[in-house]
Amino acid sequence: MKPFNFVCDKAIPLDIINVDTDQIIPKQFLKMVKKEGYGEFLFYNWRYRDNGTLSNDFVLNDKRYAGRRILLTRDNFGSGSSREHAVWALRDFGVIVLIAPSFADIFYSNCFKNGILPIQLERQEVEFLFKNSENEDFMVDLDKQKIVCRDQSFSFLINGFHKRMLMQGLDEIGLTVELESAIREYESKRGKLTSV
Amino acid sequence: MGRTLFDKIWDNHVVFQEKEAAHGNPSLIYVDCHLIHEVTSPQAFAGLKLRGRKVRRPDLTFATMDHNVPTTNRSIPVIEGDSAIQMHALRENCKEFGITLFDMLSPQQGIVHVIGPELGLTLPGMTIVCGDSHTSTHGAFGAFALGIGTSDVEHVLATQCLWMHKPKSLNIKFTGTINNRPGISAKDMILSTIRHIGISGGIGSVIEYSGEGISTLSMDQRMTICNMSIEGGARAGLIAPDDVTFDYIRGRPFAPSGEKLEKMIGYWESFLTTDSESCHDNSVEMDLSRLVPQVSWGTNPSMVVDVTENIPYPEEYADGNVEQEKSARRALEYMGLEPGVPITKINIDRVFIGSCTNARLEDLIDASSMLEGRTVSSRVNAMVVPGSQSVKRAAEERGIDKVFKKAGFDWRESGCSMCLGMNPDILAPKQRCASTSNRNFEGRQGFGGRTHLVSPIMAAAAAVEGKFVDVREWF
Repeated sequence: MKPFNFVCDKAIPLDIINVDTDQIIPKQFLKMVKKEGYGEFLFYNWRYRDNGTLSNDFVLNDKRYAGRRILLTRDNFGSGSSREHAVWALRDFGVIVLIAPSFADIFYSNCFKNGILPIQLERQEVEFLFKNSENEDFMVDLDKQKIVCRDQSFSFLINGFHKRMLMQGLDEIGLTVELESAIREYESKRGKLTSV
Repeated sequence: MGRTLFDKIWDNHVVFQEKEAAHGNPSLIYVDCHLIHEVTSPQAFAGLKLRGRKVRRPDLTFATMDHNVPTTNRSIPVIEGDSAIQMHALRENCKEFGITLFDMLSPQQGIVHVIGPELGLTLPGMTIVCGDSHTSTHGAFGAFALGIGTSDVEHVLATQCLWMHKPKSLNIKFTGTINNRPGISAKDMILSTIRHIGISGGIGSVIEYSGEGISTLSMDQRMTICNMSIEGGARAGLIAPDDVTFDYIRGRPFAPSGEKLEKMIGYWESFLTTDSESCHDNSVEMDLSRLVPQVSWGTNPSMVVDVTENIPYPEEYADGNVEQEKSARRALEYMGLEPGVPITKINIDRVFIGSCTNARLEDLIDASSMLEGRTVSSRVNAMVVPGSQSVKRAAEERGIDKVFKKAGFDWRESGCSMCLGMNPDILAPKQRCASTSNRNFEGRQGFGGRTHLVSPIMAAAAAVEGKFVDVREWF
């Protein structure tokens, strides 16, 4: 995974609350056996008309926002299904930073495993960013845990583990494999502990 | 200091923890049972192979095919090429890594969250994971069970562990019971709960369901409740195991038996409880005395009304929240509904009785009991998809299939089916469906399809009348 540190870009404003993963990537695209190639199907039902042409009134199709790598959205983004395909589709489309007041748990965790930084901010801070999303740059500094937009600077929380995962491009499984002796030790006493 | 049921399960499964757990370091948690299916596992196996890794504990890993499988005649090959590829990949991966697979034609095949408990794989005190958000179902047995993404599936395959930050504990206590309330189901309990806490109310938490309203429920009913914990945003749902749980487990093929089981039951009984209600981080109380049948009207599982109510006005639903109001407007437009109209005036086209929420034997018994001497409305297409082959056989032994078929229902093979429409069972655009499943998201049951979530008896009654009815009047 590519290490992540600093991003400066404008944002795509997706002003919808509770966006679920069924919308981010509809079920018919879960049948692939790869992790790539989902970008063109991102938000499929909202992005395309019935005849397969691009819909004019969806923000992702707005030329002003083309190529932007930050997605600004509302509460509870990524709710519902655990499908990691939702994160793969965002990444494949080019999005690497998500900003919202809250994220669904499974989705949030899936982001870090794919080099995407989900940032939780206060509602009024998100509101400020929405007001400035059309023309202003957002400077996202993961190391300092800060977003700067115009004269405003917002700090965000992220736990150290997730931060290291992104900044060092950490292989989580590799890290666990190194703890093999701890796993073995646990397994040897497991019967007594859990009674299973 | 006292501990919650969840604290105890968690503490029992910590393999490794950095000293500074308070500084955001996660714990390495051991997984007792890993369930996999054809849709969210292929990339995980591919990742393993790429790095030359093995499945660490194939003996703790179990697979089935449920999401893609057809529910029609299974002697015919699966015609959808991409589904067939995923099913083939699972078969090959299970063979290569020595994992037990309940294949499409296995007598034990079924929805992963139906067969886990049924086979006795799900036991109290366990940690259970699966690449599927409705893994919360297994919490009904007092197991910490959660849905994970495919990267985590790979992680568990390789290490049998997961890095996790400990969630908070939310107690939802039900006062009263639905047992003496004909027409009210466990589905109504959980739908009204999600309406109350909202679809993000459980974020970052494990919900423990407690109180008389829970202890008086059967295992099938408890599974319906825990199943939808994720619809309230929770990481998992939990119910403390009791005699109802232990009776269910006795005699299950993969469960321990005899003296060993009884010894374990003694341990579960004494250990798997919350020491005191004050141990929870948050608490909500739900009063069941006023609960009536629930029907969802919108495009998320908190958009629910009592069957006696009208479709709400967006401003009334939103209660001053601009974003909620916008989402309610959007939902009404998608659902093709007018505010102020009684929910019982809404005509339906399809009925789906199925899914990991409501396709167990009791669900089918309940639904069929509404159909004796009645027939499905001529404008409705209705289907029953049993949760597993075992449920199907048990229902057929009782002649329930005949009741459904005589009334005009399609009686199908087991699988996820129209809960998410990954197989050919889907709604056409604008078709309106009374569904016993768990999600009414846009397009969930088919592009443009309109889903109303209800209990099995409400779905059966709606099939007969062609619209929603207050099923209490049928008792």
